[in-house]
Amino acid sequence: MAEFQTNAARLLVVDDNRVNRMLLTRGLEQQGHQVACAENGRIALDMMQAGDYDLVLLDIEMPEMDGFQVLERLSADVRLRDLPVVVTSSLEDMAGVVRCIELGAEDYLHKPINGVLLKARVDASLEKKRLRDMQKEMVRRFATSEVAQDLQQSGFALGGRRVQGTVLFADIRGFTTLVESTPPEETIELLNTWYALMFEAINNHGGVVNQMIGDGLMCIFGAPLPVDDHAAQAVHAALDMVAMLQVLNSERAAAGKSQLRIGVGIATGEMVAGYTGTQSRATYTCIGNTVNLAARLESHTKEVGRMILIDPDTCRAVGGRCETEALGAVQLRGKAAPVEVFAVSGAS
Amino acid sequence: MNDVIDPAAWSELEQTAGADFVGELVQTFLEEGPGMLQALRDAHAAGSADDFRRNAHSLKSNGLTFGALGFAAQARALELGGLGAATPAALDELHDTWQGVVVALQERIANG
Repeated sequence: MAEFQTNAARLLVVDDNRVNRMLLTRGLEQQGHQVACAENGRIALDMMQAGDYDLVLLDIEMPEMDGFQVLERLSADVRLRDLPVVVTSSLEDMAGVVRCIELGAEDYLHKPINGVLLKARVDASLEKKRLRDMQKEMVRRFATSEVAQDLQQSGFALGGRRVQGTVLFADIRGFTTLVESTPPEETIELLNTWYALMFEAINNHGGVVNQMIGDGLMCIFGAPLPVDDHAAQAVHAALDMVAMLQVLNSERAAAGKSQLRIGVGIATGEMVAGYTGTQSRATYTCIGNTVNLAARLESHTKEVGRMILIDPDTCRAVGGRCETEALGAVQLRGKAAPVEVFAVSGAS
Repeated sequence: MNDVIDPAAWSELEQTAGADFVGELVQTFLEEGPGMLQALRDAHAAGSADDFRRNAHSLKSNGLTFGALGFAAQARALELGGLGAATPAALDELHDTWQGVVVALQERIANG
């Protein structure tokens, strides 16, 4: 995306008429923008798919694919639906102009276009886009890009839906003791490094970090967006987490610092995913027996001295793709019946 | 000459784009115009209503840009009337008006 520290933006002019393209390009370049041109809607869509533009100036009457069709295609495209479009045309009927706005056009400029008006409309559209981008960035920072996408597609509504997925809990063993013997600045730095490594492992396998509590993480594979083979993805993410921790521990050993150990619990099954809270403050989360089981398994790693524990459903879904060891039935806290527990030692 | 090119529209174009660039624009229009007029005739002959409307619309748009208001009005009438209402005489009339636009624009450019 273009930098907005200056006024310059990347604009796409779409018009089948050469004189119109030249004239618009001239006016926009004089305003300091970078301008690319397309001579019909089909070419324009290809360019928008391939590149990043801040604003499109779109003619309506064009061969191959007209402006109405371009607007329809844009509104159906998750990545492009927020790209602002200013329609530039000399449509004769008001109904055509109204149709443009209904299809999502930001504004309409009648040809021949007045230079002052062009600047005002382009600047206003770019400013609105800048504010929208800032808003999206804020949502991404405090939610996750998947939740941001879910919010964008479905809107916000309290309540949940049943989904099949895999939940992974992880935390650093003995973190409280570590905090007591480490300066706070160093603890924050350690947490940031730990989170950066764990996020990478989880995101690489399609997981979403749903909650961060101290040194603990709750991750979901399969919600809000579906993930194929979510159980195996979660187990492989856990193995990557262990591998990354070994690298971090080598660095810590070289610096004369203590070794970190982690515990990971993974469970697969049905859960209820959605937004909980109030209309003014809410969070996306998953609840249900599967979530509780994953949390208990993570806690149980301390008892059995294993880094990764999984439930029977995860073990079945993974099949022979990982080395697992049956630890027998265990009575976990809060569970009515004993649960078969498996330890994961590595990928097969 | 003033009957063919509207002075106010021409002046606004020069202010918006700059006098030098208007020369380039006119040159482009004079190159593209005959092809657009021919495409209009071809669409009429082929009975292609969409192509006919689109070409008439494009000629109207460029006519308005250069202040060729009479030419733009004729093109507009063809756009709105559509293929069904268009006659060979109306197309000939637009072509004749175009010849006057060419001369007027060339004079405008030559006189700076």
